[in-house]
Amino acid sequence: MSTKGTVKGIISNLVIVTVDGPVSQNEICYIITGQTRLMAEVIKVIGADAYVQVFESTRGLKVGSEAEFSGHMLEVALGPGLLSRNLDGLENDLDKMEGVFLRRGEYTSPLDEEKLWQFKALAKVGDTVAAADWLGQVDENFQPHKIMVPFVFQGSYTVKSIVPDGEYRINDTIAVLTDASGKDVNVTMVQRWPVKRAITAYKEKPRPFRLLETGVRIIDIANPIVEGGTGFIPGPFGTGKTVLQHAISKQAEADIVIMAACGERANEVVEIFTEFPELEDPHTGRKLMERTIIVANTSNMPVAAREASVYTAMTIAEYYRSMGLRVLLMADSTSRWAQALREMSNRLEELPGQDAFPMDLSAIISAFYGRAGYVYLNNGQTGSITFIGTVSPAGGNLKEPVTEGTKKAARCFYALEQACADRKRYPAVNPIDSYSKYIEYPEFEEYISKLISPDWIPMVNEMKTLMQRGKEVQEQINILGDDGVPLDYHLTFWKSEVVDFVILQQDAFDKVDSVCPIERQQYMLKLVTGITRMQFKFDNFTEVMDYFKRMINTLRQMNYSEFQSDDFKRFEQELEQIISERAIR
Amino acid sequence: MATKAFQKIYTKITQITKATCTLKATNVGYDELATVDGKLAQVVKIMGEDVTLQVFGGTEGLRTNAEVVFLGKAPTLRVGEQLSGRFFNAFGEPIDGGPVPEGREVEIGGPSVNPVRRMQPSELIATGIAGIDLNNTLVSGQKIPFFADPDQPYNQVMANVALRAQTDKIILGGMGLTNDDYLYFKNVFSNAGVLDHIVSFVNTTENPPVERLLIPDMALTAAEYFAVEKHEKVLVLLTDMTLYADALSIVSNRMDQIPSKDSMPGSLYSYLAKIYEKAVQFPDGGSITIIAVTTLSGGDITHAIPDNTGYITEGQLYLRRDSDVGKVIVDPFRSLSRLKQLVAGKKTREDHPQVMNAAVRLYSDAANAKTKLENGFDLSDYDERALAFAKEYSKEILAVDVNLDTTEMLDMTWKIMAKNFRVEELNIKQQLVDKYFPKN
Repeated sequence: MSTKGTVKGIISNLVIVTVDGPVSQNEICYIITGQTRLMAEVIKVIGADAYVQVFESTRGLKVGSEAEFSGHMLEVALGPGLLSRNLDGLENDLDKMEGVFLRRGEYTSPLDEEKLWQFKALAKVGDTVAAADWLGQVDENFQPHKIMVPFVFQGSYTVKSIVPDGEYRINDTIAVLTDASGKDVNVTMVQRWPVKRAITAYKEKPRPFRLLETGVRIIDIANPIVEGGTGFIPGPFGTGKTVLQHAISKQAEADIVIMAACGERANEVVEIFTEFPELEDPHTGRKLMERTIIVANTSNMPVAAREASVYTAMTIAEYYRSMGLRVLLMADSTSRWAQALREMSNRLEELPGQDAFPMDLSAIISAFYGRAGYVYLNNGQTGSITFIGTVSPAGGNLKEPVTEGTKKAARCFYALEQACADRKRYPAVNPIDSYSKYIEYPEFEEYISKLISPDWIPMVNEMKTLMQRGKEVQEQINILGDDGVPLDYHLTFWKSEVVDFVILQQDAFDKVDSVCPIERQQYMLKLVTGITRMQFKFDNFTEVMDYFKRMINTLRQMNYSEFQSDDFKRFEQELEQIISERAIR
Repeated sequence: MATKAFQKIYTKITQITKATCTLKATNVGYDELATVDGKLAQVVKIMGEDVTLQVFGGTEGLRTNAEVVFLGKAPTLRVGEQLSGRFFNAFGEPIDGGPVPEGREVEIGGPSVNPVRRMQPSELIATGIAGIDLNNTLVSGQKIPFFADPDQPYNQVMANVALRAQTDKIILGGMGLTNDDYLYFKNVFSNAGVLDHIVSFVNTTENPPVERLLIPDMALTAAEYFAVEKHEKVLVLLTDMTLYADALSIVSNRMDQIPSKDSMPGSLYSYLAKIYEKAVQFPDGGSITIIAVTTLSGGDITHAIPDNTGYITEGQLYLRRDSDVGKVIVDPFRSLSRLKQLVAGKKTREDHPQVMNAAVRLYSDAANAKTKLENGFDLSDYDERALAFAKEYSKEILAVDVNLDTTEMLDMTWKIMAKNFRVEELNIKQQLVDKYFPKN
């Protein structure tokens, strides 16, 4: 018999329930008020009192109301039909909810129980299988959606029977498995999994090394992210954080894109809802929305569900990774998630850490980033979750706990900066402070040498050194004046400006420039590196500025032209002409 | 509020703080209203039989044997057409001497709009102020605050915006308004003859500060009625949100909550978001646009209130006094409307985005020239021209007393640019130059 309880105390969405039986930490319960059932999660237990956080408004709730405990943690349903859905933080299908306003206690499943799926068996009778092994597949929006042995199954099983290929509903039994003790279990196309627990039904999680191409030069060239890698984007408001994140999600070479809009502006979520269905997938020519899932918990939706939303998104990502797919998960913004943790910690009257955040904030962030990664599945196939989170540091101060905690966990850092944004240098990513740890991995170096060329990483490092040097001489010029420094300084500065304007800056709103494939990046990097290595002849510093401004303009025109088109070649010839005017060969 | 005969009266208060009191009571709902010796109060904490009430009017003079009556409902507002043209206090009671309006009783602070039922905002709100319409165009369904120092004329600017904007209803939520400002709004609206389009909820500095907490929800509940049920374009003015946040911190302090940054409650972001996110565009034409005021102390935007606000709202408008022209202007550098690209050049003339950017860039060249001048360097001919441009641009375009339509603003900007610069210095697409550059 399941545990029941009665409400004893209420402080906003923290409710204290006196229970009549065992409860577990993070167990889900429903508090009954009138006709509605409010979902809540146990977050602390003292004696017979369970402290639960309610995922909805507690207005009108009274002491003495009944509560029913479900016996499990917060779970999501996993099965075919999740793609192209708009979900809330608890995996409710927002489109299925009635009315203009969100109604309290309304829960809608994203999975369609009546829809028929064309099932094709992958396992045979007699096969030995374990959790996450593939039994069959259905076609979900052109993605091979694997039907797997449920992740909760422990030990090995024998396939006793499996249905013939054909059309089935998600709740139809598609296989019967026999466990080690000879007991039969039915398997359907849906399974459930508690979101706060990582799905670890894979063989091995090696260091990731395969470049995840994003088409954004400042990422791919200067600070590459890999399949299964982690990165984060901190940015004060108004620096183009969202634009950058959208650009990555639209272009990255991923099979599945999951956008977790966590505590952000509703109109931005509406922008995703409006624009994504229109976007063409640059890789398949179909709609991007076909392989996208949006988990939206806007800033005015209940705060506890906001905390759950990132876990819901991660669990869905892990589910698709187990199918051998490359998943890109974007969370905007993890600061709002941390704030939700802070609000609850505050109500629990826990002793606060820095800025009133809970003491274990950094550990929670690390554990969450740790769920991303590149894995070898049991059958030798690979899958990955690349996770990029944004952080909204209070007052633009990067010394605050969420940014610092994230810095320890994430391997790539894209430092969006107000100063770059003010100068209209977009993406406003600081080229010197940003980093990618992957560039130091020998596995990555080996991979990139084969994929692109062995001189790629040396060129990237040379470019970064030049940017650093360019910044130093610029400071000296500012102090000593244009006349007060050797001519060489101007030359170095303007060479770094060429890199900045041509390689690092990119126009996210231009049809051509917004996406830059890796071959094109390689071509431009080589061209620009060639220029930065050249010697030029100048008589005074004004000549240097005028000359390089012309050169930058021509190179930018190349960026705006279709690769290797007539225009592109014409500008390239123009560039040759400019170079020959002053280069010392 | 009259008590009903069958209601239970409690008379034993066990604890009193500056903003709250606690008593033993049963069958009380969370968020429920109560009266304590006639003063309105709201349930903020229930622990077994101990019920803690936040007393809106403050607890000065409160007796331990005060009569407490629970009203069995959260704060409500009677919504209907009769709201139009009326002035109310934080509890939705008339303060203009008129009758209590009739209508359907709705709980304030209701649920959020399902994000999939929203529509992307796309309608321009013209204010006539070029610093806004040209550089930071507003869109219906947007939420945007003025970040201003307390001595700046933000209330006057806001009143102008409200009067010029083509909306069906204007709802004023005044928190901690000085009596003078309250009368100013009242006069401006009645002199303009638009009183019947306006609903006001006002808490002045003479009213207790905790009452302010109800104002935004009252104003937005009225706004939702007109936007959802009447499909009207509603503009909500909230001034001053800093005083609202201060009231939040008073209550959380009295409830012994651990303060986070700048002594604000840890849930400040959620409180502000719940208010600002009521801004919405519905597919059937109804919309709620929120223009708010957040006063700064000494221009500090890293303080928790403006900082949290900036992450929620779609941009911000800065006012600044330009000593060169002696006028208050909308600062083109620090102001931003995040939704302007949804209308600029689409609902306005095609040259809008380029002209806007070119003028702001030239204005920033003038700022550099000014620094040069202050540091004692010689000015080039270009610098001189940039300074001349800036002066004119500031006076004719940025000043808050400008009243032009967007086409006039564009023509005026072209004129000022052409007067001071050569075509090639503008960096504007040739095709637009050919069409709009003044020929003489």
